[in-house]
Amino acid sequence: MAFVQLENLGKRYGEIDAVVATNLSVEKGEFVSLLGPSGCGKTTTLQMIAGFVEVSSGRIVLDGRDITHAKPASRGLGVVFQSYALFPHMSVQDNVAFGLRMRKVPNTELQQRVARVLKLVRLDQHAERYPRELSGGQRQRVALARALVIEPPVLLLDEPLSNLDANLREEMQFEIRRIQREVGITTLMVTHDQSEALSISDRVVVMQAGRITQIDAPYTLYEHPRTEFISGFVGKANLLPGERDGAGVVQVHSGGGLTLSLRPEKIDLREKDHGRLQGNIVSRFFLGSQWLYGVSTTLGELSVVRRNDGSAPLAEGTAVGLDWDAALLRVLSVDEVSA
Amino acid sequence: MSLLASVRQGRQGYLLSAPALTLYLGLLVIPLMLTLLLSFNVFDYSTGINSNAYTLDHYSSLLGDPYFYEIFLRTFWISALTTLLCVVIGVPEAYILSRMGAPWRSIFLILILTPLLISVVVRAFGWSLLLGADGLVNQTLQAFGGSPMKLLYTPFAVVIALVHVMLPFMIIPVWTSLQKLDPAAEQAALSLGASHLTVMRKVVLPQIMPGVLSGTLIVFGLAASSFAIPGLLGGRRLKMVATLIYDQYLSELNWPMGAAIAVALLLLNLLIMLSWNRMIEGRYKKSLG
Repeated sequence: MAFVQLENLGKRYGEIDAVVATNLSVEKGEFVSLLGPSGCGKTTTLQMIAGFVEVSSGRIVLDGRDITHAKPASRGLGVVFQSYALFPHMSVQDNVAFGLRMRKVPNTELQQRVARVLKLVRLDQHAERYPRELSGGQRQRVALARALVIEPPVLLLDEPLSNLDANLREEMQFEIRRIQREVGITTLMVTHDQSEALSISDRVVVMQAGRITQIDAPYTLYEHPRTEFISGFVGKANLLPGERDGAGVVQVHSGGGLTLSLRPEKIDLREKDHGRLQGNIVSRFFLGSQWLYGVSTTLGELSVVRRNDGSAPLAEGTAVGLDWDAALLRVLSVDEVSA
Repeated sequence: MSLLASVRQGRQGYLLSAPALTLYLGLLVIPLMLTLLLSFNVFDYSTGINSNAYTLDHYSSLLGDPYFYEIFLRTFWISALTTLLCVVIGVPEAYILSRMGAPWRSIFLILILTPLLISVVVRAFGWSLLLGADGLVNQTLQAFGGSPMKLLYTPFAVVIALVHVMLPFMIIPVWTSLQKLDPAAEQAALSLGASHLTVMRKVVLPQIMPGVLSGTLIVFGLAASSFAIPGLLGGRRLKMVATLIYDQYLSELNWPMGAAIAVALLLLNLLIMLSWNRMIEGRYKKSLG
């Protein structure tokens, strides 16, 4: 049996279903992200696991123990909140030691464990400071240290990076992954940022309107999105009409009954009158390492991403040909739930 | 340079605050100075106030007479007890209030504030109707076979009415500091293994101490100088300092003595409140900034 198991987990608020019969198994040591737009039920799911929200139906099993209705204090899980939720009247050291004091850990052991975890999150120099004297990233580390020091079986992260600015966010992503690997702790992270979910998770769970719509490893999820919504939410996608040819191979075909997804980076730009489709460049955005072109074609406007290889970019208005490998087209199923 | 900075540095700042300063000077500083001056004037029962002669007599009789000590002591223990009761009732009340959902929260907040809209005299009479020798409380007692108790004109009546009047002044500052709390911090403490009681004691209470401190200062200050409630519910015998001052001014017509008592009350009040503020703030300053 999996380490963390959600069985038909559901939550109703009055007439509204926030989470509907959700099933999820998380293996020991795994890093799983719950990804979805706001209001999709991902935070409610996390709060039910943490014990802050009553479960309406179903079960939560942790390491063989049913914790569905256990009090938060008795679950012993490590929780990192979006707002960090540090205790402002306590120093970094006391914040981190709080959980150990609640567990009546003897003082010498307590000191050692606090020192060790502060070193792990690289805050050993700031033990005496107060939260208000720390930067956002440092506060985030204190919150992480406070959750980790009690050596919880599972670490729950609720949008841990959404309050940080872009540069710091990327740095903290890798930092969280490093710490998670080093400690080997089973981790569940809630996020609405697809790049965050893709870059650091072992598996990504996509949620929509209270339901799980796809569970896959990041690469598989990106390459094989199941639905139109997922293909647009995880990465960028060009949606094209298509149909199967005589050999059963999927081809782009205007008026075809299938919806196909083609990632912008999988389209090649060719000279005019070459390739499968003709178009004109109508917009051009410089992203540093890449150029993002908008190409208007008979099938609508398509996004094309080109690596910035140092050569001059194509000007707006240039006529180009588009080509792609037909094996990279993905057939999408119709959304069963609306987001 | 921003407007604010130029206002801060230039004379413009004084100009802009001149109306407020004038008001402050005219309505507070000057009368206080006059009172201080008056308290040194010679008084004689046959000739009245002699504003040209000065004496320390009033202060020396204040220091020498145990009658005054008793009244000052009573005033301060009643105020301290009122403050303590306001903390005991007001802090949990403010906490519960902050946890209520709409629309109950606004309804109860208004309910708590409505006593402030009713004249203190009316409220004091209300209490005297309840607590009087033939009041509702004693009637109930007798109906159940008990013997009537003397409630009105006792410290009990004064304290209970003062707590009733002062409670909003405790709840409002505590409520304000509760608003600044991150509710997730309580969840974090729970997830770390703390009981609800420990969360209150170690997480919530220390963070709302500034609010409790301002509440105690307001309540103690207002209670120690309160006049209407001790006057109406304490009666002629149970005097507090404010009623004593009133007597000196209007019954004895000894204005300089009344002024001396008023100055003494002001100084003692200041002394108690400043040391209390220092004591509490000292403990929480480092952590709460």
